[in-house]
Amino acid sequence: MTPGQIALRAVIVGFIMSLVVVTGFAYTTLLERKLLARLQGRVGPNRAGYIPIPQRGKKERKLLGGILQPAADAVKLFFKEDPTPAKADRVVYNLAPMLAVIPAILILAVIPWAGEINIFGAKFSPYFAIAPGINVGAIFILAVTSIGVYGIVLGGWSSNSKYAVLGGVRASAQMISYELAMGMAILIPVMMTGSMDMGVITAAQPHVWNWFVFRQPVAALIFWIAVMAELQRHPFDLLEAEQELSAGFNVEYAGMRFGMFFMAEYMKMVSLSAIAAILFFGGYHGPFVDQIPALGFLYLALKIIIGLAIMIWIRASWPRFRYDQLMQFGWKRLLPIIVLNFIITGVYFVLLDAGVMPPFIETLHRFFTG
Amino acid sequence: MGNPIVFFILAAIAIAAAMGMLTSRNAVHSALFLVLNFATIAVLYIVLNAPFIGMVQITVYAGAIMVLFLFVIMLLGADKLGGVVGEDKWQRYLAGFLAVALVVVFGIVLAQGGGVDTGTATAIDSSPAALGMRLFEGYVFPFEVTGVLLLTSMIGVVVLGRKKRGKDA
Repeated sequence: MTPGQIALRAVIVGFIMSLVVVTGFAYTTLLERKLLARLQGRVGPNRAGYIPIPQRGKKERKLLGGILQPAADAVKLFFKEDPTPAKADRVVYNLAPMLAVIPAILILAVIPWAGEINIFGAKFSPYFAIAPGINVGAIFILAVTSIGVYGIVLGGWSSNSKYAVLGGVRASAQMISYELAMGMAILIPVMMTGSMDMGVITAAQPHVWNWFVFRQPVAALIFWIAVMAELQRHPFDLLEAEQELSAGFNVEYAGMRFGMFFMAEYMKMVSLSAIAAILFFGGYHGPFVDQIPALGFLYLALKIIIGLAIMIWIRASWPRFRYDQLMQFGWKRLLPIIVLNFIITGVYFVLLDAGVMPPFIETLHRFFTG
Repeated sequence: MGNPIVFFILAAIAIAAAMGMLTSRNAVHSALFLVLNFATIAVLYIVLNAPFIGMVQITVYAGAIMVLFLFVIMLLGADKLGGVVGEDKWQRYLAGFLAVALVVVFGIVLAQGGGVDTGTATAIDSSPAALGMRLFEGYVFPFEVTGVLLLTSMIGVVVLGRKKRGKDA
């Protein structure tokens, strides 16, 4: 293919996948509200868009209650009054929600959704992604998540409100602290495969016992914790601690500009859940995926939804960190452990290549890689 | 390598961002212009077939250093100071003179050398693996020296920022 054709395909695939994930974002909000409600013994949103099933002699049954709730939320957000605070920095105030959403969408570029596949005669090789074959995929994820903080910090600063500024300051300190642990955790699958290409990392884990979560459980756990902190999800949501900051960085925003911050958070949940699935849970691999490559989409989507459910479950279960605990946990626990993990992995590979490992370790290594 | 039209668009954005950073009165706006400049330079690296360097540029400069800058600006309220810059007229004249001198020197070098021949640059393998091999085979010593330098400054900061024993703050 010529570079022009490659670019055109990337634009088309990117457009379609972005639409899919934006819809996914809307239903992630519903999933969160429904699941959180169930975990707290409530029902959750159940009025918008149910399917009435009449029953003889009784009141009708309501099927799929709340299925149109995201649409109702969107309509509400679009028609809400959206005032700008009098002393806000107007340009930055309008720019901040966009700066929050763009990185959340950009991460999607490197996610491999399926293996080699033919869709309507178009051959996707070696794997299906918006931008396949990017050999700096891992560091692309780091770069994009690291610029995600600008939307939050600038949103807080430009509102010209003390609560919002405090939320923004907390966000920048927190994201810089946990980015290190997250970056080093991403590098461990990179070390295991010798490639930063997300497709190669996925291809290295075709079976359940090859998944890096079993070969590098510590790294997987630390990656997950750091992702929660990067997303500012519970228990790391100090920047929007309601009791202390009323609502944090987005306290002055309303209407669709608030909706965009909301969108950024949930889309980042989806895309980082996908990255976690790719790095540690085998990506699009699952039963019969070699015979029917299209199943890859389904398996990755399933793994993403499980990841989202775990995030929501954590939110329902744990209290929020205190600020000094947050910093101590990031710098004094997570970072030393992941650095140690990094060193051990490196030494392990050097010893393995030198052939001085005891035979049972070599047998184990063959089992996990074979 | 690289399309000249893309290069000139990127160069224009980079220069405009740099000018904006210098002339902006608001410290936060200056920081944002600098981020735009870094991002444009990163795209230039990618156009020059060095995606790894481009991504590192964004991660380190835009993602870490400038976020810390913003953090400090917001923490100290430096964006509210204003009016400090440009009080001394002679600084402005000196800066203008030096800028003109720099352009003249560039012009002389370009005129004597007959311009820079970009055609001789050969395409090299720019994958992270190739970059790593090059760095650790040919440039281990400078790499380690840089590491020691950074470690030294880090230890220095820790020592300076440490609480004195028996005293608060």
